[in-house]
Amino acid sequence: MDAPDHWSGTAPARVLAPDGTPVGDTDVGLDDDELRAVLRWMIVARRLDSECIALQRQGELTVYPGFEGQEAAQVGSAFALGPADMVFPTFRELAVALVRGVDAVRYLWYHRGTWHGGPYDPRATRFGPICIPIATQIPHAAGFALGQQLDGSAEITIAYFGDGSTSEGDFHEGANLAGVWKLPLVLFCQNNGWAISVPTASQTSGEIWRRAEGYGLPGVRIDGNDVLAVYAATRDAVARARAGDGPTLIEAMTYRIGAHSTADDATRYRADADVERARVFDPIVRFGAWMAATGRADDEVVAGYGAEADAFAMEVRTGVTSQGSPPREWMLDWVFAAPPASWQTHRDEALA
Amino acid sequence: MSTWTLSGALNRALDDALGADERVLVFGEDVGRSGGVFRVTDGLQRTHGDRRVFDTPISEAAIVGAAVGLCMSGWRPVVELQFDAFSYPALEQVIDHVAKMRMRTRGRVDMPITLRIPSFGGIKGKEHHGESPETYYVHTAGLKVVTPSAALDGYTLLRAAIDDPDPVVVLEPKARYWAKEEGDLSVDGPGIGVGRVVRDGDDLTVITYGAMVMRCLEAAELLAGEGIGTRVVDLRSLAPLDDDLLARCTRETGKIVVVHEAPRTLGMGAEVAARVMDLAFDSLAAPVVRVTGWDAPYPPASLEEHYLPSVARIAAAARRVVSY
Repeated sequence: MDAPDHWSGTAPARVLAPDGTPVGDTDVGLDDDELRAVLRWMIVARRLDSECIALQRQGELTVYPGFEGQEAAQVGSAFALGPADMVFPTFRELAVALVRGVDAVRYLWYHRGTWHGGPYDPRATRFGPICIPIATQIPHAAGFALGQQLDGSAEITIAYFGDGSTSEGDFHEGANLAGVWKLPLVLFCQNNGWAISVPTASQTSGEIWRRAEGYGLPGVRIDGNDVLAVYAATRDAVARARAGDGPTLIEAMTYRIGAHSTADDATRYRADADVERARVFDPIVRFGAWMAATGRADDEVVAGYGAEADAFAMEVRTGVTSQGSPPREWMLDWVFAAPPASWQTHRDEALA
Repeated sequence: MSTWTLSGALNRALDDALGADERVLVFGEDVGRSGGVFRVTDGLQRTHGDRRVFDTPISEAAIVGAAVGLCMSGWRPVVELQFDAFSYPALEQVIDHVAKMRMRTRGRVDMPITLRIPSFGGIKGKEHHGESPETYYVHTAGLKVVTPSAALDGYTLLRAAIDDPDPVVVLEPKARYWAKEEGDLSVDGPGIGVGRVVRDGDDLTVITYGAMVMRCLEAAELLAGEGIGTRVVDLRSLAPLDDDLLARCTRETGKIVVVHEAPRTLGMGAEVAARVMDLAFDSLAAPVVRVTGWDAPYPPASLEEHYLPSVARIAAAARRVVSY
């Protein structure tokens, strides 16, 4: 079994082998109901992801960035957060959003072109605005974590980003700030091997988790397709942050099974064989096998989750397709909290 | 009545804002122990503690990006970007997030950030220390941009910027930091969006801001000796512009000269010229003339005076429109 190329080097920490056989401590602190909830969310998230791609093909969404293959990295890390902890996502964390309780239809306003990055309430949902400019959410997360630290809050912040983000200055600046100020922050990198068409090897020559040392913080490399390993590593990083011991950099090795987005044709730069090789490491198959082998979720239970996922996908489809254009006032209504008088005249002209 | 420098008045504004609202934070490069390269934050860390007034790494994008996150967690950040040209690493954060966050979140997340940037030339600075970045900020919808020209107004404008619920860029004219003015500091002055007439006159209006206000006043004095009555307007607020004042001055004097240090193309002069045509075309008695820096990178100290609008260039432009 050859792992994807970018997993080479330091062996990622694992709890379950790709076939679901335990190779580490499976008692990560989740009870059976929680473990079933993790499996259910992974199944639901994958089903919704495929529905979103269908919706895009049918013209109901604009460009949509899929996350197939990254369900363990997203669901496992989201499960390790407390209810009031704050998330700063990129544009590919729909599964995290689901676990956090963000309304999926409202989230998909973004990909329908209904509204920009914050269609839901970022403060109420504890899920920050969808962020497209690469790595720019990392300094936001650092600032939010600084606010938590100044408030003496027990809550922490997690920033999601990809392997490509680590080439941006904002990753460095945010990670450096977090290290200097010992911020209650988890830096969670999903290394899915691809930044659109550029493989990780062309992005950076080192291992991303090792950058942590340069910032004076711990770094770990985990198998991002092993949901128990993801949960355990995030749980530990969250505990460190909450205890005031500062940030942790997690590099979760995963694989982007689909194209960068529905506007991308991955066959131009990637061999199908690479994708097939990565499918052997499928996170749902792996966790499902362990859940079945340990008697926690048999075929009937899994089939039930599949049926729930289908129903959920249909519910979201109905919600998305019934969403029309917002009133044009929306393009002007929230630009300023205190709109200047001369700008009001401009607004009137726009809406005349 | 006391004597204030602009630097001292801005320092007092920060001091008073920190005292008035415990959610106000002041941070940036060298603003803590050193008190800022222009001493605008001098003593603030001693008074308010290193939890609320603190130094940052040299990381402009992280400084502004962290300010975004701090706003989301309910703080009111006042950040200093040390020099005009050193504000550019943060432009992505300013344009993509600071200016847009409120709209993107449909009003659920305000961005009450004050972005202080020592700006403009005239101090014989090194390269990258004399630029006029206002167009970048003014052109970015969602920002407010102000620039004081003197001490008392500096206090009023900075307090207004910090109190404002929207992001405000405060461009502080370095050449005016040590200029003195007599009077009392007050928050009860004209607010953001309001310009002021600093000298009255009937023959033309010279519209300017920042350190150029003093040069325009000198030119007005010279022109007075020739029998030309020059009104001088200090815009104070570059975004929004004071449309009412622009319209009134155009109607009352019919002739407009715009003066700024920034390069001519797409500078504030272009916007002012377009606005006065829009607002009071029928009252215009001459073409609007711009006296500006040249469309060239800001020169070294030895050539600075050839670049900045001089009293002679301003006066020549005034004569040209008056005799039109």
